[in-house]
Amino acid sequence: MTLRELAEKLEGEVLTNTPNLDVEVPCAFSSDLISDILMCTKESTLLLTGLTNPQVIRLSDMIDLVGIVFVRGKRPTEELIEMAEERELVLISTNFTMYRSSGILYQEGLRSCKIQ
Amino acid sequence: MAEYIKVNPMYQDRIEEVFQTNINPEIVLEFEIHENDFVNSGKGSAELKVTIKRLGVDPAIMRKVAVAAYEAEINITAHSRGGVMTSNIFPDYVHIVFQDRGPGIEDLSKAMTPGFSTATDLVREMGFGAGLGLPNIERNSDIMKLDSAKNESTKLDVIIFFH
Repeated sequence: MTLRELAEKLEGEVLTNTPNLDVEVPCAFSSDLISDILMCTKESTLLLTGLTNPQVIRLSDMIDLVGIVFVRGKRPTEELIEMAEERELVLISTNFTMYRSSGILYQEGLRSCKIQ
Repeated sequence: MAEYIKVNPMYQDRIEEVFQTNINPEIVLEFEIHENDFVNSGKGSAELKVTIKRLGVDPAIMRKVAVAAYEAEINITAHSRGGVMTSNIFPDYVHIVFQDRGPGIEDLSKAMTPGFSTATDLVREMGFGAGLGLPNIERNSDIMKLDSAKNESTKLDVIIFFH
């Protein structure tokens, strides 16, 4: 599934000015705990989260994130969007809950990231 | 001072060498970490990752270094009066020293227990404080040494080999 397709499935809004949304997303992980996210992402991953503080963007300096989906209608500040654009990180906002978003993407064939 | 040390058995014979002070690192990066500065915290780890990437370190090792360093930086930001992160890069390993200005850890074995946390609600709201920081550092490092006591400063040594 590409970033464009998953944004459509989640009726989401792409917040960043991203030239290429046709990037294939290999897997995903959903969490609101930073340590869990750090522990569980060992490959290029889409992150679904309700966290909108600067550390969520900073995470992408440490681990390989393809994009971040903010669930439950959460929206990051303009400053965070700029931080993401500097890193060529795609930000998407959806009104769906984390459970519903994860369910939709999983059903569409987007696998869970490998945690071991 | 209480001490907690964990060593990957593969590198048992390198401990003495690593803690010797007469070998000069090839690159030294120093980074100031401020109390409660959740905007800038993590920059030191990001800079370290970029530096070792340039040296051609394997991506999986790079990730271990970045995750361990980041968790330690966040710990200083969330739990201390600030401190300094010094990354000493050698040809085949990195030795990162985190030195804070207190107030110290009362019980090291409790602090090392997954799920144990003394984080404030504010810190938890930001997605931290799950009690997994130190265990995550331990998991990603080859040698980890933690020295602390109540009302003292805390020193954390993280050593990760590149091969």
